[in-house]
Amino acid sequence: MGNLIIIAVGSALVSNVVLSQFLGICPFLGVSKKVDTAAGMGAAVIFVITLASAITIVIYQFIMVPLGVEYLQTIVFILVIAALVQFVEMFLKKSMPSLYNALGIYLPLITTNCAVLGVALTNVQENYNIIESIVNGFATSVGFTISIVILAGIREKTEYNDFPMAFRGTAIVMVTASLMAIAFFGFSGII
Amino acid sequence: MSIQAIIIATVVIAAVGLFIGIFLGVAGVKFEVEVDEKAVAIREELPGANCGGCGFAGCDALAEAIANGTAAVNACPVCSEEVHNKIAEIMGVEAEEGVKMVAFVKCAGTCEKAKEKYTYTGVTNCEMAAAMAGGGPKGCSYGCLGYGSCVAACPFDAIHVVDGVAVVDEQACKACSKCIAACPKNLIELVPASSECRVECNSKDKGKDVNAVCSVGCIGCGICEKQCPKQAITVVDNVAHIDYEKCTSCGICAAKCPKKCITINAKAKKIMEVDAKKKAEAAAKAKEAAAAKAAAKAAEDAAKETTAE
Repeated sequence: MGNLIIIAVGSALVSNVVLSQFLGICPFLGVSKKVDTAAGMGAAVIFVITLASAITIVIYQFIMVPLGVEYLQTIVFILVIAALVQFVEMFLKKSMPSLYNALGIYLPLITTNCAVLGVALTNVQENYNIIESIVNGFATSVGFTISIVILAGIREKTEYNDFPMAFRGTAIVMVTASLMAIAFFGFSGII
Repeated sequence: MSIQAIIIATVVIAAVGLFIGIFLGVAGVKFEVEVDEKAVAIREELPGANCGGCGFAGCDALAEAIANGTAAVNACPVCSEEVHNKIAEIMGVEAEEGVKMVAFVKCAGTCEKAKEKYTYTGVTNCEMAAAMAGGGPKGCSYGCLGYGSCVAACPFDAIHVVDGVAVVDEQACKACSKCIAACPKNLIELVPASSECRVECNSKDKGKDVNAVCSVGCIGCGICEKQCPKQAITVVDNVAHIDYEKCTSCGICAAKCPKKCITINAKAKKIMEVDAKKKAEAAAKAKEAAAAKAAAKAAEDAAKETTAE
């Protein structure tokens, strides 16, 4: 149990997927204009990463290890995750239209997101078992949601600020993100 | 690396790919959602800007609403008549003739016509400026601030700040109502594009206060109300309102307005010309009469002098 908490805090805050591992930068910068959409994206990421880390670790432990083809992990994970997201989208569209309307537009964006693949590969690298992998996946995506919502909040606040011309647009977002990364660096003492 | 390893890798990936392909294929059939063909066809016709001017969550939502009959075929305010007819064709009904509306900014207080209360050097944005003391730097607390929040909100580049006041480009305006929501002064409203007489003021202040800050503000004098042959104008809260259903754009109100704050069209110009001519004639007549009087007096004086001698 203590181990799981350490994994959770570690991957949500200390080695935050965006701010210290630099994975999933694309949605982090792209979908962080409004807090609402950022929260929607975060929810979709939590959903997909948790599911994907569960599925990939099962495939890895029960199919790839017995066959001795661990070196194919990257390509197999990409295939599996892409198919999984596709399937989830279909499933949601049919059985939960309201959830699909809330998450639907973000799902295809995450299909080949490096954060999803990154978590699957980290699980293998760290030799996590199934429970640990799911916890790691969930915590990582919660970390992603935290950082994207914070960034969206800052962007909403600074939207009307009179930045110098050269800093407007993506530039100031990058500066904001880097300051956030420095702030999150403060968590590194926890574990 | 041996040949065997290559074969194993190929077989594994091929098997995974085949499995996923079949799985997704089956799932695709099983979870297929019946989409209304009409909705798809209508969606193709709609502009896809997702501006929300129709009141639905976007073009997809409107297409669905039209397809199942909850929205009118011409519910999209942005589309041209042609597109409405096409959508009507898809639905198999006749499109009703819609009146083309345009946004209109009820303020003509340009930089030189309206006074400023103070110099504002903050964020160039109407919401921020409107939050300042006295409702912003403009002398008139109802007037257009001219910091362009509506310009930023317009998805069609149809509104611009000219000389300190927002002006709508009626050709480009699609009546999507984005600017109406953006204006902190609630200055913008939708009016029929065909209407030629519009009150260019929204000031609810008393006439004296309006005069003090703006040379083209409505003072609520009620002359237009009395002059209008169709009873289309009413003065409420010291500002004139035109009922566009009754208005025939005759131009009388614009010509008679002492502050010239109703849009002057060609007819109004003609009336003003006629009035000016009449006035000039009357002035000339008065002058003539005065001259004649003076001449008569001079003659009388001369006669008096002669008799005295």
